[in-house]
Amino acid sequence: MNKKGILAATVAAACALCIIPLSACSDKTDSVVLRVANWEEYIDLGGWDEDEVIDLESGEIFGENSLVSDFTDWFNSQDYGFTVSVEYSTYGTNEDLYNQLNLGDVYDLVCPSDYMIMKLLSENALEPFSDDFKSNSEENYYTNGVSDYISGIFEENKWSNYAACYMWGTTGLVYNPDKLENEEDIATWGILTNTDYEKSVTVKDNVRDAYFAALCILYADELNAINADDTMTDDEKAAKRSSLLNATDDETIAAAEDILKDIKENVYSFETDSGKSDMVTGKVTANFQWSGDAVYIMDEADEDDTELWFSVPEESTNLWFDGWVMLKDGIDGSKNKKTAAEAFINYISRPESAVRNMYYIGYTSSIADETVFEYFDWCYGVETDSESQDYYELENIYVYDVSYFFGEDSFIFVDMDTLSVDGAEDVTKSFASYEELKGYTIYSGGTISSGRQVFAQYPTAEVKERSVIMLDFGEDLSAINQMWINVRCLDIIDINVTLVVVIAIVIVALATAIVLYRFRFKIFYKRKRAKEN
Amino acid sequence: MTKLRFNRKQLCIPYALFLALFVIIPLLVIIYYAFTDGTGAFTIKNLTGFFTNTNTLGTLVYSIAIAVVTTLVCLIIAYPVAYILAKSKFKRKYVLLMLFILPMWINFTLRITALKEILTAIEGNISAYPFLNTVIGMTYDFLPFMILPLYTSLSKLDNSLAEAAADLGANGFTVFIRVTLPLSVPGIISGVTMVLLPSMTNYVVLDMLYNSTYIMGSLIGSYFSAYDWNNGSMISLILLIIIFIVTLATNRFSDDDSSRRTLL
Repeated sequence: MNKKGILAATVAAACALCIIPLSACSDKTDSVVLRVANWEEYIDLGGWDEDEVIDLESGEIFGENSLVSDFTDWFNSQDYGFTVSVEYSTYGTNEDLYNQLNLGDVYDLVCPSDYMIMKLLSENALEPFSDDFKSNSEENYYTNGVSDYISGIFEENKWSNYAACYMWGTTGLVYNPDKLENEEDIATWGILTNTDYEKSVTVKDNVRDAYFAALCILYADELNAINADDTMTDDEKAAKRSSLLNATDDETIAAAEDILKDIKENVYSFETDSGKSDMVTGKVTANFQWSGDAVYIMDEADEDDTELWFSVPEESTNLWFDGWVMLKDGIDGSKNKKTAAEAFINYISRPESAVRNMYYIGYTSSIADETVFEYFDWCYGVETDSESQDYYELENIYVYDVSYFFGEDSFIFVDMDTLSVDGAEDVTKSFASYEELKGYTIYSGGTISSGRQVFAQYPTAEVKERSVIMLDFGEDLSAINQMWINVRCLDIIDINVTLVVVIAIVIVALATAIVLYRFRFKIFYKRKRAKEN
Repeated sequence: MTKLRFNRKQLCIPYALFLALFVIIPLLVIIYYAFTDGTGAFTIKNLTGFFTNTNTLGTLVYSIAIAVVTTLVCLIIAYPVAYILAKSKFKRKYVLLMLFILPMWINFTLRITALKEILTAIEGNISAYPFLNTVIGMTYDFLPFMILPLYTSLSKLDNSLAEAAADLGANGFTVFIRVTLPLSVPGIISGVTMVLLPSMTNYVVLDMLYNSTYIMGSLIGSYFSAYDWNNGSMISLILLIIIFIVTLATNRFSDDDSSRRTLL
């Protein structure tokens, strides 16, 4: 075959390759590609071991395949008039997602945090949900399943038309009780600047979380006063807390900068993802964490026989939400896409999906279904089976109340040793009708400042009360970022003067020595050397 | 029938395309962003801002300090090794060289994680010595880049020159200082450039070894993650210019010296 022949063959082959996908596309016009972007490790990817079956009374739950492929299989078996395929990608931070969107990546459905939802909303980038999605029809698992507590907050912040809450939680400190100098130290954000814990606490390498902690330290007295004040109503308290912890005026930023510089000097490190393993390996005493990761870390540590606890400092905590939003650019007016996106949200809001996600990632779902409650009890409820070993180790029982989330009279019985409760009442008598709890002392009420997984998974109503939603910084973002850069950079003024002088002298001395050596003939000897080369 | 023929110029087309697409155009974009503000209007505020902010200047100094110390440590460790390897009569010396290059084949983060554990075992709380750890991490990472060019230039060195010097009465030390060392300067230069420049920006090592102070690379990253492309681009540009100056200076140095230092 001559060269021209090869060329012709190549061209023909190339054309053929082009035509195949084209024709494939035109055959299936009623197929939709749903581009979903989510946080890394933030959905059940399936592949569970067989002994991982969650055996609830209402049925077994097991993650065989990933939720995404389960969704596609389910959707395509339904009579929607079109098929869907999901293009699933992940991002590491809200800022990464935002940058990707601005650089031209197009997604249909993404899962940013509260403040990023606000930012996208203010930029008019979000597609509102359809009316069908908000109706009470049976397949609307999100609308029917979401906790009233969550939907109330979303309503209040005017997010509910655009965002469907996926996971939520608080921020706090995971710690190793054995390594604490004093129990009380962990109950305050002040531990970050406490020199007793020099180089033994880590903080998130993230300006928003660090700024929040700094403000809690800055306004500790004010916040504690608000918490203790009985004259104000809950709403007044919430408003006051929010205005303190969402302050972005120049003075606050400057004060936070000083505190963060102290924190930087005092803490082990600002970390992005090493915190989990450093906790488990025992490198650090305490670790700033989001509640869901806290659950995950405690689970991991349990497997290594290390008992870790989670504390929500008394000043305040950052109540956060991650929600699914549809993007205008991606949906682009396509009705099918919108249907598919909403179906996706509803699919992962099914009680079984919510439980699978909670089991897999450790975070707390926004769904307040009975099955989810049952799972919660299954995980952390006391062992009442007298055939089990744990039954005999049990001493006192605490009534852990999550009614604010699951609706009235939702409580589970937990082992009192897994919580640090202050001022609990003995309520054994009122639970006399519970046969299986006979012989135990049952407590309820009081304030819980720290606890194990159960406390991180669903905060108590008291923690919820003193929490604050951290809003978008808006216009002040660049000032706060500059502050963060100032904290993280070495200020040239702070450089040790003697060190500089010593280094300068060494350099000058070396340079002089080299120059002297190089030109020693010109300087020290009268007679010129014979010409080189 | 015309023959399908390529001349030399045409052979360059793929590379020229690559160059334009991945070097020239991004560079132009960086320059555009560096000299505009958020709205797209021309400004030199990013430039003046960098040189008037004590924090960014401090970061520059810190990066240079880390880079210079790392380079010196690498040089001090690598030179004897390369020298011994190049001079040894050991038949399997290639195996020895391999031993030094081998770590390069293992994933970088894995190596640093291992190093983290080793340092913890030695130092206890490693966050107490951020600068030292950073230098150790960088050295660990970049040492092969120093050994290889030194080894190449030393093993190519003509032994008869050293023998001639010895014949003329120079002792071992003088031979090394006056003949071997000057002749290996090109190797030193290329080793230095290969270590100095990346160690100014390799912030992953700092992150992983718990050094919370920014260097140039992390500073650029932090501007980018705050959607501030303009300041980030300006710092990239400044870094680029510094690298350019260093390369220019070292090239000149090596040109001068490879021929003349011989007779220092």
